[in-house]
Amino acid sequence: MAGKTTVGVLAMQGAFIEHEQAIKSCGANCLQVRRAQDLQEIDALIIPGGESTTMGKLLKQFNLLDEIKFQAEQGMPIWGTCAGMILMAKEIVDSNQIRLGLMNIEIKRNAYGRQVDSFETDLEVKGIGTTRAVFIRAPYVQKVWGDAQVLASYEDKIVMVRENNMLATAFHPELTRQKEIQEYFLQMI
Amino acid sequence: MAEKGSLKVKTGLAQMLKGGVIMDVTTAEQAKIAETAGACAVMALERVPADIRAAGGIARMADPTVIMQIMEAVTIPVMAKCRIGHFVEAQILQSLGIDYIDESEVLTPADDKYHVNKNDFTVPFVCGARNLGEALRRIGEGAAMIRTKGEPGTGNVVEAVRHIRQVNDEIRWISNLPKDELMTAAKELQAPYELVLQVAELKRLPVVNFAAGGIATPADAALMMQLGCDGIFVGSGIFKSGDPAKRAQSIVAATTYYNDPRVLAEVSRDLGEPMVGIDISTIRPEERMQERGW
Repeated sequence: MAGKTTVGVLAMQGAFIEHEQAIKSCGANCLQVRRAQDLQEIDALIIPGGESTTMGKLLKQFNLLDEIKFQAEQGMPIWGTCAGMILMAKEIVDSNQIRLGLMNIEIKRNAYGRQVDSFETDLEVKGIGTTRAVFIRAPYVQKVWGDAQVLASYEDKIVMVRENNMLATAFHPELTRQKEIQEYFLQMI
Repeated sequence: MAEKGSLKVKTGLAQMLKGGVIMDVTTAEQAKIAETAGACAVMALERVPADIRAAGGIARMADPTVIMQIMEAVTIPVMAKCRIGHFVEAQILQSLGIDYIDESEVLTPADDKYHVNKNDFTVPFVCGARNLGEALRRIGEGAAMIRTKGEPGTGNVVEAVRHIRQVNDEIRWISNLPKDELMTAAKELQAPYELVLQVAELKRLPVVNFAAGGIATPADAALMMQLGCDGIFVGSGIFKSGDPAKRAQSIVAATTYYNDPRVLAEVSRDLGEPMVGIDISTIRPEERMQERGW
């Protein structure tokens, strides 16, 4: 199936080209999403890392916010990394920033500190195994509820969550050469 | 084992900034305006380049108090500038917890021969370049991000265009050479051989490359993006204009929709007065900031 699948990567701002390259190397088609009508062309959506406040503002200004929410309710698989994870959270600690609010998670931004505290490490993911995880000014999840299931934690902090058709990672699989997380997401389609 | 300050972690933040606009700010209030307008990061300064140019004298790292006020005001990454070769200013900025250091020709160089050895630091660095050799020398010293130099504080995009075209030309040249000619090419470029090999293979710089130095309008930003830059620095162009919040927001939108002239037309409307520009030929060569750097 993967060969015929088209995955959209939200291209407002951030590391969308890295996601595009990773998805293509897994054999799927890829489309950069900048307009609401682009959502009609895709089977799944990735919201990349970048600045969540920048992306949230552009999503609202260019009328993508409600359209993505609608597609999520219709069951479109959506995967957010880092800033994407923040945008997918219903609750963001100490912030009223614009968000999609799709997942039953409470997230803390810049939770590990500033850039000098950014790090990479090996991470154990439920059902996938060990993967190399790059955390850049990363958030973590403080609380999950409802259908949200924890897939990975690092030093007792939740860093990967699945909730039905939605997936969120605090780290950046698109910055490594490994493809396990991409393959896992493509299986969700 | 968690590994901090690795090349992947340093270049990774630059990758997250791509497609975004990094804005010069001098106060916490300006930083908030920039963040609300959609900036992906801010550059904390005491004076924007146009004011540094007007004031003359020696321009140095900003007062840590100004930098810390800006860091406390926003949740987006905060960058700050140190003088070329001034590794102690860089040590101070790292200890403040700044997210990126710009070893910048906008400030008066502290060393007339050598740049900071950026590999010594956990915090990542961005440096300016006018051509491929200069970019690769900076990367060789440990820069995790490059930007065009342009001519800062002029509101005149011509030098930034010249610099990105120069870098692109040289990348095309290198990419088409047979491997046995690359060592001589590295010699001509005055660039590390290993990095020349990487560029030939990747057909681009091995790190993120932003535009800087003279961008003043949404159209300027889109021009630099269409020429192949990964994102935009705006120095004086925003807070030296008539309506900074609106101009900032428009430049952010233009950087995302750089290939969509209809959106560009829409966001270019009614922006008020742009910053007053300077023709490059009226700046004496010894006063051109782009000449600083070795």
